[in-house]
Amino acid sequence: MKQRASFFQRLSSTQIVYLVALVTLILGVLLVNSIGRSFFSPGNISSILTGTSVLGFIAIGQTLVILAGSLDLSVPYVTSLASLIAAGVMANNPNNVLSGVLLTLGTAAVIGLANGLIVARLNVHGFIATLGVGLIISGFLATNFKGSFGETPLAFRLVGATGIGPVPISTIIMLACAGLAGLLLHRTRVGHHLYAVGGDIAVARTSGIRVDVPVITAHVICSVLAGMAGLLLASRLGVGSPTVGSQGGYDLLSIAAVVLGGTLLSGGKGTITGTLGGVLIFAMLDNIMSVMQVNPFLKDVVRGVVIVVAVAVYARRRIVSRPERFPAKGSVETPAAQPVPVEGP
Amino acid sequence: MSTALNSERSAILKQNRASRSERLLRAVRTPGGAVFVLLTGLLATIIVLNPSFGEPGSFIRFVGRTAPIAIAAIGQYFVIVAGEFDLSMGSVVTMQVIVAGNLIRQDDSKVIPVLVLMLVLGAFIGLVNGLITTLLKVPSFIVTLGMMLALLGLVLYWTGGAAQGNPADSFRQIGRGGIQDVPVLDIIPYPVIILTAAAVAGFVLMRRPYGRMLIAVGDNPSAAALAGSRVWWVRTRAFMMSSLSATVAGILLVGYAGVHPSVGRGYEFTAITAVVLGGVVLGGGRGWVLSAAAGAFALESLFTLLNFMGLQATWRDTVQGAIIIIAVAAASRSWQRKRKGASSAAHDEQHQMAAAPTPAEGTEQGGRV
Repeated sequence: MKQRASFFQRLSSTQIVYLVALVTLILGVLLVNSIGRSFFSPGNISSILTGTSVLGFIAIGQTLVILAGSLDLSVPYVTSLASLIAAGVMANNPNNVLSGVLLTLGTAAVIGLANGLIVARLNVHGFIATLGVGLIISGFLATNFKGSFGETPLAFRLVGATGIGPVPISTIIMLACAGLAGLLLHRTRVGHHLYAVGGDIAVARTSGIRVDVPVITAHVICSVLAGMAGLLLASRLGVGSPTVGSQGGYDLLSIAAVVLGGTLLSGGKGTITGTLGGVLIFAMLDNIMSVMQVNPFLKDVVRGVVIVVAVAVYARRRIVSRPERFPAKGSVETPAAQPVPVEGP
Repeated sequence: MSTALNSERSAILKQNRASRSERLLRAVRTPGGAVFVLLTGLLATIIVLNPSFGEPGSFIRFVGRTAPIAIAAIGQYFVIVAGEFDLSMGSVVTMQVIVAGNLIRQDDSKVIPVLVLMLVLGAFIGLVNGLITTLLKVPSFIVTLGMMLALLGLVLYWTGGAAQGNPADSFRQIGRGGIQDVPVLDIIPYPVIILTAAAVAGFVLMRRPYGRMLIAVGDNPSAAALAGSRVWWVRTRAFMMSSLSATVAGILLVGYAGVHPSVGRGYEFTAITAVVLGGVVLGGGRGWVLSAAAGAFALESLFTLLNFMGLQATWRDTVQGAIIIIAVAAASRSWQRKRKGASSAAHDEQHQMAAAPTPAEGTEQGGRV
């Protein structure tokens, strides 16, 4: 028993995420085979990977924002708005694809900039700032759009529909974005500052970091990625829709995927690879339940339970592992060594 | 004694021994007090635009209409001031509405047992939320998010996603009825009575040791734990109160809105908005319980005002979003100023005063004012 505990302790949270993903995979293979279908058929793999791409885009951005110690609840509305702008500007004309994409991502970046400035400069909690910005966009969408709007040209629709072998192009783009985000986090100054600010903003500030920059950068990237998700949805649906984001519940699901991926909700600790694992777990769960024809309402129940159980498993070993500075002499010193309880955002 | 103090000291003392009205004036300048000013301003504007709103009868009905969200805000306040979130509130409201609709039907004799069952269910959900948050150390955001998904999924699975059942009229009277033939007001809706009871209970609770402990836990859980409070149990009880208040809101909403799976959707964010508008700080440790309720009223009267001004209902979200950003930005400015400003200096100086004041050079100085 003790041996197992120490083995468990030695794993990094990212390794646990992929362990959970592996368990889900095995479970999926067993369940799907039990009803006489193949889990590894190209069609099924493609459908799982397709399922990862939209949530993947948003979850990558959400990871950056959460690492910086903030939150982004405005993503579903940015996604909806992006799908509308894209479909509206393209208006079924292949010549407008580039301008449509640029305008969409530009708008998303402006929204992200607004989020970042409100959080960093006005000192508004990320939860409230992005909830507020999300509501503002939501009111705008509800007032001006009653149903689907615009149309995307065929060339653009192919992005969402084709793939190389069983791997959809959208997933490849998503993975490329994940790679870029990983590079940003681990190879650039802003990335290191992002971890520092998320870990402890006061310490970061006294260390001479301009704390606004990483927070604003994270918010801008997150909104742009939510805009990419909107583009992808517009390309899949062929039209823009004012409710496509909020129906997907991407705000809370992406946060759940990020936390499922082992990132601390209070910021400063976590990786993009972990988040991808979290997204993969969600996509596999969804796929298994669809193949098994589980009632769609029960899917939410399973999702909710999985989120809480998985995070409870990590929380057991959520203690920040750093070398002991003072050798423990007795129980007197335990307050210093006590695990710091993980706070809400 | 007071003559022995120099002018700075006497100013401090004056601030601490200020009259009731002066202290009230100072309280109004904090975010928690400002919401009452905002509320008064909004109500005054509405009455100017539409004088019939100011008649006691229609005003008390407005209070009754706002009661469910105000009660939910009071419940959410306990969780937020303890440094946590409760996102499961909306789902709890939906669940209770559906439970009432499906179990009571048209049978008057079942009203009381089902009411008890609903309260027990509410307390149980809060207990589960609280225990997973505190003992398993899962962030409350995730716990209550999971609870929200799971509860809503179960309820929709149970009902097939469609409206079902219509509880007996005696049950719906709790939400829509009232004490008839009251002299001035014409009618006192039951929701108003329940809201008053909840507000008084919340006010008293926050003055009792439990309330003090709740604020201490929200401000600094480690310090509160070292000071000997059982942090897990304090927080768990906050979650239970939050779920119970969502239950009460659900009971009232059955009377107003009837039974439908969409009742209660988005309630958690509206309640959090109301609490934040009341100057309560996310992250815990700061804010007044009655300000949270006042935040709910301010939000609702703002919507009423926009209605009278003829704005499309679809803009409600936008206004709500803009308002909370402005409110929180203003509040964070205000708390910051407070920390650096004169009144907090006064409180710091008070410690010096308690610890033996340094005597002035000569005794003759003592005579000066």
